[in-house]
Amino acid sequence: MDYATLLQVLDTTLRLATPLLLACLAGLYSERAGIFDIGLEGKMLAAAMAAGAVAALTGSAWAGLLAGIGASLVFAALHGVASITFRGNQLISGVALNFLSSGITVLVAQALFRQGGRTPPLTGDARFNPITLPGADALRDIPVIGPLYHEVISGHSVLVYIAFLIVPLTWWVLFRTRFGLRLRAVGENPAAVDTAGVSVVALRFAAVGITGILCGLAGAYMATALQAGFGREMTAGRGYIALAALIFAKWRPVAAMWACLLFGFFQALALRPDVVQAVVQVKVPVPFLDALPYILTVLVLAGFVGKAIPPRAGGEPYVKER
Amino acid sequence: MATQAQNMGRQATAAPFAIELKGISKAFGPVQANKDINFAVPKGTIHGIIGENGAGKSTLMSILYGFYKADSGQIFINGQLTAIPDSQSAIRAGIGMVFQHFKLVQNFTVLENIILGAEDGALLNTSLSKARRVLRELAQEYELDVDPDALVEDLSVGHQQRVEILKALYRQADILILDEPTGVLTPDEADHLFRILKGLKDQGKTVILITHKLREIMEATDNVSVMRRGTMVATVKTAGTSPEALAELMVGRKVLLEVDKGTPNPGKVVLSVENLAVRDEHGVERLKGISLEIRAGEILGIAGVAGNGQSELLAALGGMMRASGRVTLNGANLPLSGAGSDGQSRRAAGIAHVPEDRHHHGLILDFSAWENMAFGYHNAPQYQKNALFMDNDALIADTEHKMAEYDVRPPIPSLAAKSFSGGNQQKIVVAREMERNPDLLLIGQPTRGVDIGAIEFIHKQIIALRDAGKAILLVSVELDEILSLSDRIAVMFDGRIMGLRDPAHTNERELGLLMAGVDAAPGGGAV
Repeated sequence: MDYATLLQVLDTTLRLATPLLLACLAGLYSERAGIFDIGLEGKMLAAAMAAGAVAALTGSAWAGLLAGIGASLVFAALHGVASITFRGNQLISGVALNFLSSGITVLVAQALFRQGGRTPPLTGDARFNPITLPGADALRDIPVIGPLYHEVISGHSVLVYIAFLIVPLTWWVLFRTRFGLRLRAVGENPAAVDTAGVSVVALRFAAVGITGILCGLAGAYMATALQAGFGREMTAGRGYIALAALIFAKWRPVAAMWACLLFGFFQALALRPDVVQAVVQVKVPVPFLDALPYILTVLVLAGFVGKAIPPRAGGEPYVKER
Repeated sequence: MATQAQNMGRQATAAPFAIELKGISKAFGPVQANKDINFAVPKGTIHGIIGENGAGKSTLMSILYGFYKADSGQIFINGQLTAIPDSQSAIRAGIGMVFQHFKLVQNFTVLENIILGAEDGALLNTSLSKARRVLRELAQEYELDVDPDALVEDLSVGHQQRVEILKALYRQADILILDEPTGVLTPDEADHLFRILKGLKDQGKTVILITHKLREIMEATDNVSVMRRGTMVATVKTAGTSPEALAELMVGRKVLLEVDKGTPNPGKVVLSVENLAVRDEHGVERLKGISLEIRAGEILGIAGVAGNGQSELLAALGGMMRASGRVTLNGANLPLSGAGSDGQSRRAAGIAHVPEDRHHHGLILDFSAWENMAFGYHNAPQYQKNALFMDNDALIADTEHKMAEYDVRPPIPSLAAKSFSGGNQQKIVVAREMERNPDLLLIGQPTRGVDIGAIEFIHKQIIALRDAGKAILLVSVELDEILSLSDRIAVMFDGRIMGLRDPAHTNERELGLLMAGVDAAPGGGAV
């Protein structure tokens, strides 16, 4: 594999890792606060549909993004009410919302556009288009670094840069702010937060809300940047892969980024069977390459990456006791 | 009192009370947990509250800390009528609470736990450095040394408790409530705690100490209030009362605090344990080679701070945990793993087991009393109607009989186990196990969460079984209980037996040192 090909694969890796990363960080906020969210997938899908539809109707990618975040927040609120207010089972709530999202997105898209459950193809300002970073063209002739900057780093949509900026931001929020301290505490021992006179319910809703916003970004990215419009089940299990990455990363933001890049790399390889064949000298069936990220997911979830200790109060509704 | 108030630089108010409750009532459904409680704590004193389980102490303190809202009544803090709808208000009113089960985040540092909920701004830096400074001052003032950067999960229980106290002081609590603070401490740690409390009192703070240990009340408090069945029955000066008088107030009748027991008459060796070792599911060694013997007609008491291998010893002998080593019962070898090492085989061999945790291992709380009484007797011939069905009528009749014999109240076999009080639940378990007429009784924490009246009864039953020539292994974290019941005492620390002592020739201090892993008299172990 030559350098140019490698850069192409890395470029694709970055694009494919972005929705994973946004969803993974979304899950991180929720789970650090003690709310398991298996419904990342459903939220992304709802956001993708809403973003695709509104972008098609208004011609504005930004309007689509807001709609996507709104749709995702509605699902997040449902999950919050079920699991925080009514202390329901968080896994069941998440699974139910995934089913709901899977059906309702196609239904609404069909009702609006009558194109078989898809939204119309987006063009121009209805999509987030690649932006060229300053100096990318000027530096492209510098050996090694120039092409890396021009081909891989530069030339993505603004959402990609936002996603990667949220990584250090999340680290800072979690470990350097009052909100982060309380968020981590409520996921470890909500009774400690409660007896300190801080509302467990408000904190957990805030966390679930952030999850909603980030899933909204992820979904909108899928429909208006990575692809040009919403299609049935277009998230294709990315919500679950993000959960696997979260466990792989042991609920830490920077590690989450590397985990998502790894999964994104496998997804990028699946798009380039010719490259894989050139490297391993064996013809690898394309379906196997397609399945690779999911196989990795299963391996991670089965605990082959060492012991990952989730937040101790995760999955348990908080009931006040003496 | 007045001078203390002046020393503290407070404006002189008419009421010298830190806390005054007037007519507090609280009901949970049909249960009246607190009935018209009137109660006042003078400033700068240590005030004890005692009462049996379910007497309403915890409910009352939860009302003070804003966990529950009283149905009626008024709370005055420093003479001011104060509403306490939530914990935030309680903290603002200067009330700090140290719960029996600590409310700490295990994987946070001490500093992070201290500032949680009391941060000075949106960013942590300033809060953390301020807390570090305040902690240093508090440590000097009150013997409250803790490493501010240590993770809470790495601290001993005693140190974790100090973090809880520091948390309250950092929030500038003037009134500190401690709920059963010594249950998990060694006697030395408990003494240290009481020194801290005295220091707080000398600085004008008010301390409320909730405990069921009469000795602590007598040692540490200025005044003591007694609760019984939701009412406050008396408030007296500690100096003017006695443990016997307090016990009588708690129970409502005369109680024998000293166990009346004759000299033991040990016979042949019933249980012999050699080099017993246990690893838990994480591969951590919990028992590191225990050897002991118990004779017929003898009670061996195992003392120790909770978590030093006592639970594993009971579990291994009771067939609940795999072990290695050699154990014989009446000379016959007992398998420690594989076939024949389960609870049923142990019962068949003549061992009965009253587990430490009756809610998880002793009873099924949603099952009725007679169903609970049937555990371990499923295959007993007297309860088989035919090849298919059990004879429930016979079981119920027997349960009625045992409930009468063991004074279980109310004596209703169809009542769910969870509907009985802690003491009566324990009597059900004790009745079931003792009625097996075992050669060896394993009994763990026989009186944990059990009221004084029932403690007296259960102790009598244990002594009676001993006098009937049975061997008894008693595990308890209550030193008083160990000292008064045991014929010999073994102290466990870190999975080992630190030493054997004769209860007639030892005292709490010596046992306390052994419990902390210090052998003051090396070589003086054998009895």
